[in-house]
Amino acid sequence: MNRRAFTATIALALAAGPLLAGCSGKPSNPNAVELTNVSYDPTRELYQAINPAFAAFWKQKTGKDVTFRMSHGGSGKQSRAIIDGLDADVATLALGYDIDAIASKAKLLPADWQKALPDNSSPYTSTIVFLVRKGNPKGIKDWADLVRPGVEVITPNPKTSGGARWNFLAAWAYGKKAGGSDAAAEDFVRKLYGNVPVLDSGARGATTTFVERGIGDVLISWENEAFLAEKELGKGKFEIVAPSLSILAEPPVAVITENAKKHGTTEVADAYLRYLYTPEAQTAIAHAFYRPRDPKVAEQFKSQFPAIPMVTVDKDFGGWGRAQKTYFDEGGVFDRIYTPKK
Amino acid sequence: MTMRATTEGFATRLVLITVAMLFLGFFLLLPLVAVFSEALKQGIGGFIEHVDTPDAWAAIRLTLLIAAISVPLNIVFGIAASWAITKFSFPGKSLLITLIDLPFSVSPVVSGLIFVLLFGANGLFGAWLAEHDLKIIFAVPGIVLATVFITFPFVARELIPLMMEQGKDDEEAALSLGASGWQTFWHVTLPNIRWGLLYGVLLCNARAMGEFGAVSVVSGHIRGETNTMPLHVEILYNEYDFVGAFAVASLLACLALVTLVAKSVLEWRFDLHGGAKH
Repeated sequence: MNRRAFTATIALALAAGPLLAGCSGKPSNPNAVELTNVSYDPTRELYQAINPAFAAFWKQKTGKDVTFRMSHGGSGKQSRAIIDGLDADVATLALGYDIDAIASKAKLLPADWQKALPDNSSPYTSTIVFLVRKGNPKGIKDWADLVRPGVEVITPNPKTSGGARWNFLAAWAYGKKAGGSDAAAEDFVRKLYGNVPVLDSGARGATTTFVERGIGDVLISWENEAFLAEKELGKGKFEIVAPSLSILAEPPVAVITENAKKHGTTEVADAYLRYLYTPEAQTAIAHAFYRPRDPKVAEQFKSQFPAIPMVTVDKDFGGWGRAQKTYFDEGGVFDRIYTPKK
Repeated sequence: MTMRATTEGFATRLVLITVAMLFLGFFLLLPLVAVFSEALKQGIGGFIEHVDTPDAWAAIRLTLLIAAISVPLNIVFGIAASWAITKFSFPGKSLLITLIDLPFSVSPVVSGLIFVLLFGANGLFGAWLAEHDLKIIFAVPGIVLATVFITFPFVARELIPLMMEQGKDDEEAALSLGASGWQTFWHVTLPNIRWGLLYGVLLCNARAMGEFGAVSVVSGHIRGETNTMPLHVEILYNEYDFVGAFAVASLLACLALVTLVAKSVLEWRFDLHGGAKH
């Protein structure tokens, strides 16, 4: 390369940056509106089905085009990002606690946001089930089998994963019911976490550990994740086991009102979340392996979802604020019972 | 005596070469082969099908854009800094040298969080930015900033030793013969450092395209908009799309391989031409 060529290369490189940056601007259309939905990891398939359906619905109703920006990640991390300024019009996260955090720390929506929509603002629910390997070689039928010596249990870390907190509370509820006291429950979860070889940081990581890396005998998992693993990831390699007692998981949705006001999207954001309660959306929800709220749709998919007696966070644990403080905060019950394996 | 030394030398050489080869094979070649074989698990058609999605293209475009902005910026900064450090003496010079190394010693996650602290909604400039409706983090500017921060030592680190070694004799001669500062830079300094500079640019570019940690913190992970290739690989992997994840990863690896080949060519040229300077 001679000097002239070299100089040209450098000049080109210097020119390319701003040029490319200039090209990236998007054309704006006054008749189009953009909604940013910040969600947690396992809802990707769900909103991939819902978004085009809502866009068609909205177009028909108002003549306006709506496009979506989707962001998925760990629920706590996404909540943090919204607090730090990620431009969400709606948040669809794994647990109420994460939206409470947005309301209390960033004041981007009212503190009583959970009353804005029906059913605790949770248009779909899920629960905690077990995923075992084909033929159930360890004979796992209920929570009690998870504390047997020699059974390897896979569950993520409740310090970092929303899903893992549901797992922990479901196990606690069983331990308390079986043993009759909080002390018995603590003893039960201590034994259970003693059977956990590795704590992944998120629900997806735990599923990958179990499904792809083949570690563990049983995965404690969101029901929708378990279905996904059973039906799509490893067809014929896994079975779902419904325990005798579980917990009602209510992943909530909310309009981030301050952001929506700023973007002028309040109306469409609200319509989008209300659309989730319509029979069409509820059917899509069931197809994505979440439990629908609509009784008619639920009836239709009855055979897909086993009937499991469930505790709730509000009734049995005094709400997320209290449960978080008692079990998962620094110095809480989880810190007391869990010692990492050497 | 001579015989023995040669024999010993041969044995030692053999062992060293074998160890180095095994090490490279195990730690570099094997993973690379694994990435490509996983990516091509469903054949070349499957590879194309998984890469040819709007989100993957958006990630590729964004990655190239980020590199195209941050590399030129760091060329300018790198030359300016190494020029100042090697040709002048001024107070705070050693501090500047230390600061240039900072991005190497700070964890990338911290580098990302720095920008959240500065430009986040609750950050130092958060309120001002919101007032003026400017978006830095969770948007392209934030990713550029984080990338520039992470990659700024590469060019300067490459040039400082080179320029130090060359001294200022050539420049002083040029100036004494009546050349302007700009002429001196263009006709004397730049030709002297060009191969070192290109080498630094390549390293800078490789890191700019491959950075994960800092970019992950400031990205916001909006699909088709703020996901770079490394982030897209992670997302695909988490979505159980293993072929897709490894397909995009293999594209990234290809970019790295191109960089490596370019680097080897440069080194060869450097020995041939620039090497005469030493």
